[in-house]
Amino acid sequence: MTHFELSDAELEQRFQQRIDDEQKIEPKDWMPAAYRKNLIRQISQHAHSEVIGMQPEGNWLSRAPTLQRKMILLAKVQDEGGHGLYLYSAAETLGASREEMVDALHEGRAKYASIFNYPTLTWADIGTIGWLVDGAAIVNQISLQRTSYGPYARAMVRICKEESFHQRQGYESLIALVNGSDEQKAMAQDALNRWWWPSLMMFGPHDADSAHSGQSMKWKIKRKSNDSLRQDFVDQTVPQADFLGLHIPDEELKWNEERGHYDFGEIDWEEFARVVNGDGMCNRDRVRHHKKAQDDGAWVRDALRAYEQKKRANAEKAA
Amino acid sequence: MNQKNILPLYEIFIRSKRGLDHKHVGSLHAENSEQALEYARDVYTRRSEGVSIWVVLASDITASQEEDASSFYDPSDDKPYRHAMHYVLPEPINNM
Repeated sequence: MTHFELSDAELEQRFQQRIDDEQKIEPKDWMPAAYRKNLIRQISQHAHSEVIGMQPEGNWLSRAPTLQRKMILLAKVQDEGGHGLYLYSAAETLGASREEMVDALHEGRAKYASIFNYPTLTWADIGTIGWLVDGAAIVNQISLQRTSYGPYARAMVRICKEESFHQRQGYESLIALVNGSDEQKAMAQDALNRWWWPSLMMFGPHDADSAHSGQSMKWKIKRKSNDSLRQDFVDQTVPQADFLGLHIPDEELKWNEERGHYDFGEIDWEEFARVVNGDGMCNRDRVRHHKKAQDDGAWVRDALRAYEQKKRANAEKAA
Repeated sequence: MNQKNILPLYEIFIRSKRGLDHKHVGSLHAENSEQALEYARDVYTRRSEGVSIWVVLASDITASQEEDASSFYDPSDDKPYRHAMHYVLPEPINNM
């Protein structure tokens, strides 16, 4: 419980040994300041992604084509809010405060998955997000179930259990579209055309260009590299697109017998950088809306607090 | 027994292994939380059952009641579409 006899170097060596032995790090353990900082950055940005991700889908809640689809979408958006909570809580075990994390989001110091800076133009976008965006998130999050920080790993287990619903409902709604009218099928193809590349971008830069990857892998915060996760995603998704009879918008995409993987074309990294750095189609809207939701809800929180204070004051008076 | 001499009740949670959640194992009386921690060590981890112990004042726990379960959980009972297996997908891609 006390570390007064050990130098930082010794502590760090023990810490790394624990990670090398596949043991989890728990909140009260000694950890290098950079590990803590790196985790807070990653977990809070993961949380922001869940919460900001509610916006493009929420856009279609009032216009879902049937009551059933509306209830499903509402349940999914509700799940995303819950996922944000699990993750914020995991970050709070590291000493980060919720207010500071949200401020960082509002001030542009913290990022979130840049895919949510693309607009949802048609109903087919909703099915496609479930299929591709949640599909990509699952690939990433399955590997994060083995991350070295205990609370993060446990949040991932909980989240992965719920994500499967998200992806399946999306894919099922696309099956309905591709079996519908020509217009509906075209709408599904158009959605795939727009969401395919941003989905691949979700895995981040190439391993060689990834700022935090090396250290994160050594600390086992990340378990698989960006490029290998992206490959997993492509390999599992191509047969799903084939089944729908939809065409993936990449002329270089083809099965490579020798590698046992699909080869695919190069991402437009200029677009990636532009959207990550704030200049996507919806960046300003997303943050503005999040801020507004928070500001608009302030009176509710204030009222709850005032009522609680009044109750306590009355109880004290009675006592 | 004199009411005043009854020590407060603590609920004990133990993490059996790194990476797992703390799990409720029982309760005990103690004067304060430090003492509760030592008692818990003596009572619940004599055979190295845990790597971490949480002690929580029982009076600090607010719990839902099983008798109220039907109304408390009612909002989620009629939403089968929240479950992944509600969506029937064709065999070739059913491993999603």
